[in-house]
Amino acid sequence: MPLSLNRIDQDIDHENNAAICFIHNPMQANNNLKVMHPARSEFISGIKAELPLMIGVIPFGLIYGILAISVGLPENAAQAMSVIIFAGSSQFVSAQLFGLSVPAIINFFTVGVVNLRHALYSASIAPYLQKLPTRWKWILAYLLTDEAYAVSIIHYQQDGDEGDRHWFFLGSGLTLWTTWQLSTAAGILLGASVPASWSLDFTLALSFIALVIPAIKDRASLGAALSAGVVAVVLFSLPLKSGLLAASLIGILVGLLLARGS
Amino acid sequence: MIIWLTIIMAGIFTYATRLSFILLYGRIKMPNLMERALRFVPPVVLTAIFFPELLLNNGDLFLSFGNARLLAGMLAIVVAWRTKNVIYTIVIGMFALWVLQFLFR
Repeated sequence: MPLSLNRIDQDIDHENNAAICFIHNPMQANNNLKVMHPARSEFISGIKAELPLMIGVIPFGLIYGILAISVGLPENAAQAMSVIIFAGSSQFVSAQLFGLSVPAIINFFTVGVVNLRHALYSASIAPYLQKLPTRWKWILAYLLTDEAYAVSIIHYQQDGDEGDRHWFFLGSGLTLWTTWQLSTAAGILLGASVPASWSLDFTLALSFIALVIPAIKDRASLGAALSAGVVAVVLFSLPLKSGLLAASLIGILVGLLLARGS
Repeated sequence: MIIWLTIIMAGIFTYATRLSFILLYGRIKMPNLMERALRFVPPVVLTAIFFPELLLNNGDLFLSFGNARLLAGMLAIVVAWRTKNVIYTIVIGMFALWVLQFLFR
């Protein structure tokens, strides 16, 4: 998901240059206490790249926590969802479905569909993780969220030594994980004491806009997104959120047809 | 109990989705059609979620200049398109919504 993180990229470049200096010129680097081991430098760069995104994540986490409690989820189950599923938008939808007491299989299926995009991220980042030990793959897969993927794939695609870039991924992934756990916990504890008139729930729509607009790169993806959006509005009142599934499938079909035509 | 079962199953499925190609890479060849279809998943699913947030009010179509969420959302779309910046999009969109809600009160 190509987010624009130009300023962050420059910061990363700066860090990398420091690391490269360390490798190529150890004598000079030894005199410079600011220069760090490459792995640690990558890890800190990953944290720095992830931090700006937290402005959207924190309100979203708060709102999720508040919503989960307001629909009657037990506090421990609401927080467990953040650890076990760890995917904000699907937790949002799932909590609402729990509130509507829809059958568990529909809830499960909906979470699955909302989270299918992670297969794309997985396919996209897989080549860069091939040389890593299996335990790294299992850990990084758990941390593969929209936001961590976005900054890490940009970093992986840059030139230079790739040897320690999994530390960057780990740094960004853990930053998001920690922020998500703390903000959802805060939402659960605050409960309804955040007034609805603040409309903090709107950050969900806004983060999706921020993620989806740069992903629309051609006529096919625009047509797919627009048709899915319109169908989702038309079918919104269908029971069990099934309109979302129908809209997604129709959107994908439209995209495939448009892509074949061009 | 059914809540916990649903959460754990959904968590396992989500994790499997994330792990899938990281583990399978180099071992299998993805069907061509699926590869092409997967490309549309993010824009399609995310748009299908956020469109109703802008266009519906309590389940009814709300196409009006009095719809603060629609106007703020459209501004956010323009900001996201021009800047491709997450922070600008969320902050400007949220600020616009607050201003509009204050004006429309």
